[in-house]
Amino acid sequence: MENICDNFKLSHTQNAIELHLFGSWSKESLICIIKKLSLLNITNSTSLTIDFSKLSQCDSSAMIYLIGFIKQFNTSLVTLTHLGKFEAFYNLYCTYYTTKPSLTVKKESLWFLTAVGIKVHWLYESILNAINFIGELVYFIVISFLNPKTIRFKAMLNHIERSAIQALFIVGITSFLVGIVIAYQGSVQLNKFGANIFIVEMVCITMFREIAPLMTAIVIAGRTASSYTAEIGAMKITEEIDAMKTMGFEPTIFLTLPRIFALIISLPLLIFFSDIVSVFAGSVVAYLDLNVSFAEFINRMKDTVELKHFLIGIFKGIFFGIAIAAIGCYHGFQVKNNTTSIGKYTTISVVNAIFVVIALNAIFSVILTQSGI
Amino acid sequence: MALITVENLSTQFGKNVIHTNLNFEIKESEIFGILGGSGSGKTTLIRQMVLLQNIQQGKINILNQDISTLDLKQIQTFKTKFSYLFQFGALYSFLNVIENISVMLKEYTSLPSELIVTIAYTYLNMVGLPLNSATLYPSQLSGGMKKRVALARALAMEPKILFLDEPTSGLDPSSTQSFNELIVQLQELLNLTIIIVTHDLNTIKNVLTRFVVLNKTIAFEGNYEEALESQDPFIQKFFTQRD
Repeated sequence: MENICDNFKLSHTQNAIELHLFGSWSKESLICIIKKLSLLNITNSTSLTIDFSKLSQCDSSAMIYLIGFIKQFNTSLVTLTHLGKFEAFYNLYCTYYTTKPSLTVKKESLWFLTAVGIKVHWLYESILNAINFIGELVYFIVISFLNPKTIRFKAMLNHIERSAIQALFIVGITSFLVGIVIAYQGSVQLNKFGANIFIVEMVCITMFREIAPLMTAIVIAGRTASSYTAEIGAMKITEEIDAMKTMGFEPTIFLTLPRIFALIISLPLLIFFSDIVSVFAGSVVAYLDLNVSFAEFINRMKDTVELKHFLIGIFKGIFFGIAIAAIGCYHGFQVKNNTTSIGKYTTISVVNAIFVVIALNAIFSVILTQSGI
Repeated sequence: MALITVENLSTQFGKNVIHTNLNFEIKESEIFGILGGSGSGKTTLIRQMVLLQNIQQGKINILNQDISTLDLKQIQTFKTKFSYLFQFGALYSFLNVIENISVMLKEYTSLPSELIVTIAYTYLNMVGLPLNSATLYPSQLSGGMKKRVALARALAMEPKILFLDEPTSGLDPSSTQSFNELIVQLQELLNLTIIIVTHDLNTIKNVLTRFVVLNKTIAFEGNYEEALESQDPFIQKFFTQRD
């Protein structure tokens, strides 16, 4: 029986196989060779002779395949003839030839309670970590207030520029649009009652007290929490944080506190800016839609809108700032030593920051309303 | 036959001049070294050869083609002809060791997956890594191990040209020696052309067939024996080692 293919000729007798290789055995031709060889019904009790004399070229993939093929046979029954220039090549790959170890590690299926236990322990540890982080933070905040020299003012100003001044545009645009929407939707209802002038209270109170702080905080949470996590995470991967530790620079003082102070200062200011822009947007709608002039709008605002609404919004901003910066930094320090974890923790940090901002806002809302402010 | 020719290559970053008028040839089946002090633009030079960095002035011809004028399709075929071993391995952190080694074979060939895995394990063994490291991820490996995996990855496609950027930095002396032996052996058997950026004197002595020393221009071209006889004070200083 004889089989011929472009790259080999196989003569098959009772219990002896003669394989003549020719042409070039490469990654490209190998696919066809493998297909044809696997079609043949070869048992390992036959003796095998491989003739290399007409083989012109053979790359490493083909050689490794060939060695694998030869290894199917009983070694004493295999003869290789005319190895010639391929001898050293064959020997090299023969020495190093390795297949995938068959002992696959069985994935232990966990007992239900064990799995729950592991999760609970993990949760316990992550809560412990978070508390540890907060404790460290408070400790160093106190230290730096007692000893203001340790505050990194330059880094702080740098962070204020990057996370507040460069965010002015996006905060302004969102506030303007939200102001327009609130005023516009309100104006339709107020017009029905002929209560046009109440647009002033409606826009000012909702904006000062709730919407402007919340909108600004959410924009900053998306923008700044992610960048804090990514920055610190990248520093962790490049071992910069370890380097700081060995030099005796406390990462909390050098990295976390400047960021937190930056947001404590800049978030209230951004909220103030957002107040101005959104109330201006409201007054534009009031003028165009309800014929309330700008002068009337401002006079009415002075008379009826209490200062406390504005102050509540600013006051909330301080806490939002602390929360956003702390969450951003905390997740940055959690990044593990591989690139995918930066993405993972950045996502977690943005989601957490937005959630915490909304939750804090709800808590403030309840407390302040209950206490009659 | 010249495989790579560099003609009048000049590079500068801002005001910082890296190379001026480099001219040299790398012949087929050579193990060619690119040496020079820190910041002399060794890595820049090979990054330009593998199209990672733009050529500002001058020409690099590889396999008789000016590499700055290749079109997209030619670039794609050109890229399967060489492998690049990065200084710090540059392993994909989301793939384990075996997947890292076999990634090129998986993407560029349609070989059966068991054969690809066998090839990957064979190279893993060849670069001297234990089998149980196969399923580890790069973050779990030491610097030297990363380098070996990166070498295995570079070899797996069996390129015509192999670029090695400081392959032995971070390896212990005995590993350096076996690494060097492996490189020489593979070069002979697979008929590779290997371009090495190195500082390692052992490699320079025992592995390189020829090398250039960069110092803005080419300060020296030749082999180790010739370098020792050179009268140029820069070269003399470069190769003097205090014991």
